[in-house]
Amino acid sequence: MTAGALTINAGFIPLIDAAVPLAAAQRGFAESEGIHLALNRESSWANIRDKTAVGHFDLAHMLAPMPIATNLGLDPLPSRLIVPMALGLNGNTIVVSNDLHRQMAATGSFTPGDPVTFAQALGRVVRRQDRRPVFAVVHPVSAHRYELAYLTAFGGLQLGKDIDMIVLPPQLMTDALESNQISGFCAGEPWGSLAQARGAGRIATTKAAVWRSSPEKVLGVRAEWADRHPEALLALIRALYRAALWCDDPANRNDLAAMLARAENLDQPAELILASLTGATSEPQGVNAFVFAARAATFPWISHALWFYSQMVRWGQVEFSKQGERLARETVRPDLYRAALSPLKATMPGASSKVEGALAAPTPVGATAGQLLLGPDGFFDGRIFDPDKVADYLAGFALPAGVDGNSD
Amino acid sequence: MPVSDLRILIVDNNALRASIIEAGLRESGHAAVTHVSDMTQLLRQVVDANPDVVIIDLENPNRDMIEHALAVSRSVRRPIAMFVDRTDAAMTEAAIDAGVSAYVVDGLRKERVKPIIDMAISRFNAVERMRRDLDEARTELSERKIVDRAKALLMRTRGLSEDEAYKLLRSTAMNQSRKMSQVAESLIMAADLLGGRGKA
Repeated sequence: MTAGALTINAGFIPLIDAAVPLAAAQRGFAESEGIHLALNRESSWANIRDKTAVGHFDLAHMLAPMPIATNLGLDPLPSRLIVPMALGLNGNTIVVSNDLHRQMAATGSFTPGDPVTFAQALGRVVRRQDRRPVFAVVHPVSAHRYELAYLTAFGGLQLGKDIDMIVLPPQLMTDALESNQISGFCAGEPWGSLAQARGAGRIATTKAAVWRSSPEKVLGVRAEWADRHPEALLALIRALYRAALWCDDPANRNDLAAMLARAENLDQPAELILASLTGATSEPQGVNAFVFAARAATFPWISHALWFYSQMVRWGQVEFSKQGERLARETVRPDLYRAALSPLKATMPGASSKVEGALAAPTPVGATAGQLLLGPDGFFDGRIFDPDKVADYLAGFALPAGVDGNSD
Repeated sequence: MPVSDLRILIVDNNALRASIIEAGLRESGHAAVTHVSDMTQLLRQVVDANPDVVIIDLENPNRDMIEHALAVSRSVRRPIAMFVDRTDAAMTEAAIDAGVSAYVVDGLRKERVKPIIDMAISRFNAVERMRRDLDEARTELSERKIVDRAKALLMRTRGLSEDEAYKLLRSTAMNQSRKMSQVAESLIMAADLLGGRGKA
């Protein structure tokens, strides 16, 4: 550690998508930038949120919609957060119990891994039953919840109404499946692959199948800390960017899996982590592989933030308002990302917002340096999200807002 | 003291700490106190307990689940606030430092709830102090054992009296600015390496 290096206190949850901050802290990328990144493993998102709010953490590995919810005032503790960087794409899995998987397969129309037939087969099975199944997600304000709700709604089922929704920590999902407390869950990796490896259930589809190349975790920074330490923040973004390039390099995959597997990190088997990193535990093979740097995976897209905002509205967590939309948009700070990485001549997209769901294949786009491919970024149902038309996008869905278990 | 009708649920993996807090709450007049230490049926117990106040340890991975359960269950349909008051930063920090979090049904008067949370914070701190004292006592005990073994070793190999052996260890430690137990440990290790003669 460089003498006199500023210590940045940060929190993380033991998940594969914490790879970038873990590599920055443990592979020397932070030190090379003259900062010391002190990472603290936490046991709940509530702890991450609260410890960041009171200043024990300067920043943290966060669920992408979390900082938006904070800035909208949905949290118990008042705080203001910014997102100057994303931490990668893809990775969540949707797991169903063996029993539910059998029933879905028996409909004759379910192709494992395929989101459309998943939603249809689940709809058919659930409508035949008297009892509502219970699905678990890791947090009510999470991509996991929005992905699952989006998918089940396509099959005619409202999560929170036709399917009960509970929140569980990911490490308890396997037990809950085995004891029949839940019929399925959506969680970050490696927990879905672990449940499957233990025979508790099967990965039925994935985050990447619901929305190709979709955002998951971000760097959430306390705004007040960012204001006081502008240079340290830029140095940290550079360190994380270099760590992301390291994580993405296939030559480092074994080292990355071994690092994540360590007791102080995820404390899970390296082989399983490796399989999950490459998307080998789910169908279609490789689609849900983690992307840490390629395809602008760390870029804080305004359109991603607005899509998450649209989901908060769609599922009744907030009422749509121009002010809320503005708060969501201002949560992400591509300007800081650009300021940090311009000196590196990093390949960055020319635009900071994009129409989501329009790219069927990897497509070259305007970039600041080098060549940048984006996509595929399609939603499973073929819809397009235009970040300039959030209200129109929401009006296009059949289900009314306010259908979830959070509202009355 | 009047018996309080507030329903208080304590969620803590540490059953000892939970019962210490429960006892404190009962002493101050709260009769409707339950605690959960077995997390397998936690969700059902939260719904059944129908709590006005929940106290939970920060290490508990079920915090996210509890927050959501409280937000949707009929019992606490109104929004819940963590700690007493969103603006009470000092208490919030004190609670997080102590390793405890609390959820309170919105609308409860601050003066009714504050003493409950103060008590939880101070008892969490007390349990932590107890744990630290115990750890220190354990360390002290094992250090003393190591010094005794080194003394025995010196007495046997160098023909010293117990007092001389002790003084030799002490002066060596002082000369090297180390703890006596560290010198003793090096001595035992060296003796082990040099032919197992360190086995007392």
